[in-house]
Amino acid sequence: MPEIRVTPLGAGQDVGRSCILVSIAGKNVMLDCGMHMGFNDDRRFPDFSYITRNGRLTDFLDCVIISHFHLDHCGALPYFSEMVGYDGPIYMTHPTQAICPILLEDYRKIAVDKKGEANFFTSQMIKDCMKKVVAVHLHQTVQVDDELEIKAYYAGHVLGAAMFQIKVGSESVVYTGDYNMTPDRHLGAAWIDKCRPNLLITESTYATTIRDSKRCRERDFLKKVHEAVERGGKVLIPVFALGRAQELCILLETFWERMNLKAPIYFSTGLTEKANHYYKLFITWTNQKIRKTFVQRNMFEFKHIKAFDRAFADNPGPMVIMPGYCVQGTVGHKILSGQRKLEMEGRQVLEVKMQVEYMSFSAHADAKGIMQLVGQAEPESVLLVHGEAKKMEFLKQKIEQEFRVNCYMPANGETVTLPTSPSIPVGISLGLLKREMAQGLLPDAKKPRLLHGTLIMKDSNFRLVSSEQALKELGLAEHQLRFTCRVHLHDPRKEQETAMRVYSHLKSVLKDHCVQHLPDGSVTVESILIQAAAHSEDPGTKVLLVSWTYQDEELGSYLTSLLKKGLPQASS
Amino acid sequence: MAAHLKKRVYEEFTKVVQQQQEEIATKKLRLTKPSKSAALHIDLCKATSPADALQYLLQFARKPVEAESVEGVVRILLEHYYKENDPSVRLKIASLLGLLSKTAGFSPDCIMDDAINILQNEKSHQVLAQLLDTLLAIGTKLPENQAIQIRLVDVACKHLTDTSHGVRNKCLQLLGNLGSLEKSVTKDGEGLAVRDVQKIIGDYFSDQDPRVRTAAIKAMLQLHERGLKLHQAIYNQACKLLSDDYEQVRSAAVQLIWVVSQLYPESIVPIPSSNEEIRLVDDAFGKICHMVSDGSWVVRVQAAKLLGSMEQVSSHFLEQTLDKKLMSDLRRKRTAHERAKELYSSGEFSSGRKWGDDAPKEEIDTGAVNLIESGACGAFVHGLEDEMYEVRIAAVEALCMLAQSSPSFAEKCLDFLVDMFNDEIEEVRLQSIHTMRKISNNITLREDQLDTVLAVLEDSSRDIREALHELLCCTNVSTKEGIHLALVELLKNLTKYPTDRDSIWKCLKFLGSRHPTLVLPLVPELLSTHPFFDTAEPDMDDPAYIAVLVLIFNAAKTCPTMPALFSDHTFRHYAYLRDSLSHLVPALRLPGRKLVSSAVSPSIAPHEDPSHQFLQQSLERVYSLQHLDPQGTQELLEFTIRDLQRLGELQSELAGVADFSATYLRCQLLLIKALQEKLWNVAAPLYLKQSDLASAAAKQIMEETYKMEFMYSGVENKQVVIIHHMRLQAKALQLIVTARTTRGVDPLFGMCEKFLQEVDFFQRCFIADLPHLQDSFVDKLLDLMPRLMTSKPVEVVKILQTMLRQSTFLHLPLPEQIHKASATIIEPAGESDNPLRFTSGLVVALDVDATLEHVQDPQSTVKVQVLYPDGQAQMIHPKPADFRNPGPGRHRLITQVYLSHTAWTEPCQVEVRLLLAYNSNSRIPKSPWIEGGEVSPQVETSIEGTIPFSKSVKVYIMPKPARR
Repeated sequence: MPEIRVTPLGAGQDVGRSCILVSIAGKNVMLDCGMHMGFNDDRRFPDFSYITRNGRLTDFLDCVIISHFHLDHCGALPYFSEMVGYDGPIYMTHPTQAICPILLEDYRKIAVDKKGEANFFTSQMIKDCMKKVVAVHLHQTVQVDDELEIKAYYAGHVLGAAMFQIKVGSESVVYTGDYNMTPDRHLGAAWIDKCRPNLLITESTYATTIRDSKRCRERDFLKKVHEAVERGGKVLIPVFALGRAQELCILLETFWERMNLKAPIYFSTGLTEKANHYYKLFITWTNQKIRKTFVQRNMFEFKHIKAFDRAFADNPGPMVIMPGYCVQGTVGHKILSGQRKLEMEGRQVLEVKMQVEYMSFSAHADAKGIMQLVGQAEPESVLLVHGEAKKMEFLKQKIEQEFRVNCYMPANGETVTLPTSPSIPVGISLGLLKREMAQGLLPDAKKPRLLHGTLIMKDSNFRLVSSEQALKELGLAEHQLRFTCRVHLHDPRKEQETAMRVYSHLKSVLKDHCVQHLPDGSVTVESILIQAAAHSEDPGTKVLLVSWTYQDEELGSYLTSLLKKGLPQASS
Repeated sequence: MAAHLKKRVYEEFTKVVQQQQEEIATKKLRLTKPSKSAALHIDLCKATSPADALQYLLQFARKPVEAESVEGVVRILLEHYYKENDPSVRLKIASLLGLLSKTAGFSPDCIMDDAINILQNEKSHQVLAQLLDTLLAIGTKLPENQAIQIRLVDVACKHLTDTSHGVRNKCLQLLGNLGSLEKSVTKDGEGLAVRDVQKIIGDYFSDQDPRVRTAAIKAMLQLHERGLKLHQAIYNQACKLLSDDYEQVRSAAVQLIWVVSQLYPESIVPIPSSNEEIRLVDDAFGKICHMVSDGSWVVRVQAAKLLGSMEQVSSHFLEQTLDKKLMSDLRRKRTAHERAKELYSSGEFSSGRKWGDDAPKEEIDTGAVNLIESGACGAFVHGLEDEMYEVRIAAVEALCMLAQSSPSFAEKCLDFLVDMFNDEIEEVRLQSIHTMRKISNNITLREDQLDTVLAVLEDSSRDIREALHELLCCTNVSTKEGIHLALVELLKNLTKYPTDRDSIWKCLKFLGSRHPTLVLPLVPELLSTHPFFDTAEPDMDDPAYIAVLVLIFNAAKTCPTMPALFSDHTFRHYAYLRDSLSHLVPALRLPGRKLVSSAVSPSIAPHEDPSHQFLQQSLERVYSLQHLDPQGTQELLEFTIRDLQRLGELQSELAGVADFSATYLRCQLLLIKALQEKLWNVAAPLYLKQSDLASAAAKQIMEETYKMEFMYSGVENKQVVIIHHMRLQAKALQLIVTARTTRGVDPLFGMCEKFLQEVDFFQRCFIADLPHLQDSFVDKLLDLMPRLMTSKPVEVVKILQTMLRQSTFLHLPLPEQIHKASATIIEPAGESDNPLRFTSGLVVALDVDATLEHVQDPQSTVKVQVLYPDGQAQMIHPKPADFRNPGPGRHRLITQVYLSHTAWTEPCQVEVRLLLAYNSNSRIPKSPWIEGGEVSPQVETSIEGTIPFSKSVKVYIMPKPARR
């Protein structure tokens, strides 16, 4: 029985360390290769020894697919390919390929330089790893080998985020990565065609949330920033993920433009600045507005937004600053979590006089969005990853209820096995098809039709041909298979008369068949022969000999059952 | 390769066309009607290969065929068709048959039999499809003939089982266009088997080819358009198609569902998986709402658009579209809108400073949450957040239409519309502001909503700000704080964008007159008066102060207690503003000066009637006094023209009619003057130079007639006839003058020929109106036409001269609604002393902002002209997107004009003005034969030109020599 097996090594009932193994029709694919933010020990990377203990990974995996450049989806890649060892192809989209090394390098710096970790991957390893990457375009079907093909769909979320369809023959799996169904200021919405995969593996970060309209969020945000700036205040906006920073930049930039504001906006140097360079280049991956207007002006060429320098900190007047994410333990984090008094080094106590606002600009699909995507793709079953177990439970129940499909939510290391019934293509010879067409009415999609032919299986190749051709091809002689059957009929009359009665009876019943009465006293229906003979012992009983070939089995058995019922008495 | 081939093909065509034209021109002198059929026959016989034949046919298709010769041509084509083996040639012939059968004045029933006949023997699918198309053309040409229709429908049904999708498509199209309407069912008695067309078409809803499915739905829609009532059963079939794999099918299915829902809004349909039943229109509404989150944006646009016109839907379904049940970790959360409302109703002003403001409240039952609502839930929430702005605009439009019909819905959708003011695409913002204005009668803005609306006033786009001012003009505000807020924001806007002055004043005028009671408590604060102390007198020229006064004075109009709060200088300022800005400041009943103002207001209404009468009478007088002595006539005309012009200036609503009539009279006056010149009495050779006046008059009349024809909107056909008649007279005058002044006969030949052609053309175009032109110039001319055709030019001129003198003055019927096109250039203002400097050889962009009134189709007619001091003129065609349409009959042109010139030694002025382009062909209907911009046969008679219709503005520029 063919089946699809899915084993999450990470992101099973969990967020972070996305890494899912899929076996489909004998092909093994690894989806994403991320790290976990929450751990600093071995658990931060997926356990690759699950795949093989001592063999080379390359022998076991046909390909690796990276959905987007966030570290929880690609952070373990250099470790996996260089330190564990994998030489096969790694697929990702062009923007991911461009931005991914920047993030990896940043991650390495923090781990090695700041935290002083040893035995971590090096810059060279990142470079070597990126050499194994094969970049794909949206909607481009890439043949990994003869049978395995993958195709990327737009996923929103961040620049270059993609959903991947993995297909072998007629079996397919779609992996969504992270996606967003509501468009934002710089990215469009995820979109997939009705590809009807066997399995849809979807993220479920917001499995139990339906979000408010983004316009309210944006309006609130802009209003608050605007008010603060008008009062002459400074605004600090800590932004967690790369991509969200760009989103807020675009939002502020357009607002500044529209309102003709003059206050400067700064973002922290480093990551955002480097990545922004690529944002300017990959315009085709952005939303309608940016794509349409970039000829006049590239929206990522900010006029009001500049990189921040520490020297600006004491500048008078209003300004907006977007620092990076506030890691636990930093002053920023303390302020965010609501502390009103801060103890600085040297026992200095500072009172927090700033206002703190919290706003969510997350780019994940909410429950409604997930349902919408499932509805668009029409999968046979759904598998949830990248979310919390309790929330998944709820969504799982909803999906099963609404779409009447199976829904799975395996934990890390747990394998889900899905039996599939792949359709097997069979070639039919034109001659046979035409002959069938000539015989009957046009094919009707609603009614099945019976067709006689011979199925030839030759090196995993199926063909349906007419039996004559099959015989010729295989060099076999034709054998006739004939069924005969005796039917006892109580009839005192002569044999000829009996035959005559049979003839007239059949003639009246089988109106659309050719019934003939031959001169030698036998009756034929098409190619079926019926002969009447007197019973050797009882002259009152006649024996009807019915004989038909294998091909006429249907008609023949119908005839015998008809004759067994006896002849109508009233006739003659 | 294909593009290259195509190009080559076109190259050859153009060559061929030119040759053909020459041929026609030469032929025309000898033959009146060249036999097209004979030529074609010869051509086709000559053709040796199919490619040749195809070429001949293509050439043939470029020329029109007269109705009389169509039959012959068709015979030849058919004859060739039977012989032809090449399918491409047969295809072309089939398409030609279709084209020919569309020829006006030809009855195609005679070729139908042949067409059906060849259809039966045809094997090629493409040719079959084309033949069916031809039959469709024939069928639509003969809508009355029932028998033919039924026969064609039979043919279509027979070919429906064809294996090619193209043939099935065409069959369905044929059925849709010709399928018998229900009337014909009564004919059953005659034995004509009337098929149930709907059933047949409905069967193809499940065809295997998506194109055929689409065609089937389109055919069904076509049936509906032709007035056939669709069965309700179709509804269920169409609903199944909503989940089709192909977007064009879904898009058409949405339309079909909409149609059915409009036909049977009240019938009841069951809800699957429950025992409940709902109205069909509600069900359809729910289904279409669901399509707003379809995967294809084409379908989404379609669905969003259609939602707007479903007004019969029940209100609770309607309100669901704005409801998206929010949930955060399985707890019900209130939307930001709900929170805002609550804050407002609890009296606390939204500060946004409270923590956990949006903390979820009640726990919800997991079973009760329905993530994919079968109904309308949140359709507009999705539509307004869509990725494509086309969808968003469609959603806003739909909201507008639904809100206009349901006040309660208008109240609810307000929050969403206000949110759209922050959209990233300006078009969407603009559209939502306009929408808001349209529904503003039904709504009152809450303070927090007003706050968001007013925030947009700082937008840097002028369009947006002006639209918002217009919105504020007709908004209802609920509190005095609201008014105050609006005023403060408008003043802020004024300081930021001083150019908005007029628009803001106007806005405050309406705001004041709408909310007198809310303004009253604000007056002391606004005027900064103090009960005990005199405050400094504000500066009278300060636009902000004027803005405040405009608000107060307009409020005071209906609030008699208000003037008591004014201080002395306010009264002085009132008097000043009442004079200087009388359109903004109303007449007030002030304590000291009662009667002066009250006299003005009642006199406005009855005033227009006598002026209209005056107009009528003065025109009557002119028309009745035809046989006065020439001197008297001239004087009367002159006075009447003067009167009319003055009237037009005084009464803006009559300006169009008055100007139009005055122009006509001026033409007449010019004609009379020209005919009274002495030169007619002098012998021909004596006055070579003196005929300037007459020829100038002829030229001016021509110009004026073009102005009359193209510069006024609302000109009807009866006026066009008179205008053309006047032009014909001018042309006759021109001919006579030329005949008198030139020696030799040769040039006259051509001119006479041309003139006669024009008379002929006039007759053909206005054949229906000729009876109205009794006794006129052209009437007499047509009587003498046979004689003119044969006589020599000199005689023709003589006849014309006498006729021109005898012709009577035609009465110009006044059109109902007529407006003169006009334009005002707002920017450049032409006052700047600082020249616009730029490097010669490079370009400088000049912003042009103009308002256009009563211009039809400005996108194609309005041009900008730049005149350089050296006499060089440059004509610029603005892009269609540069035109905005702020109201009916009004347009706004905001564009950039690029100037460039070689270096000058000192700055100089260039003139910028707007032109109205016209094309005399545009009013004449094109024949169906000429398709796709091919050379029209009337090319000789079409005249293109431009009329300046705005004052020119001078712009000071200075191209500097380039620095090396």
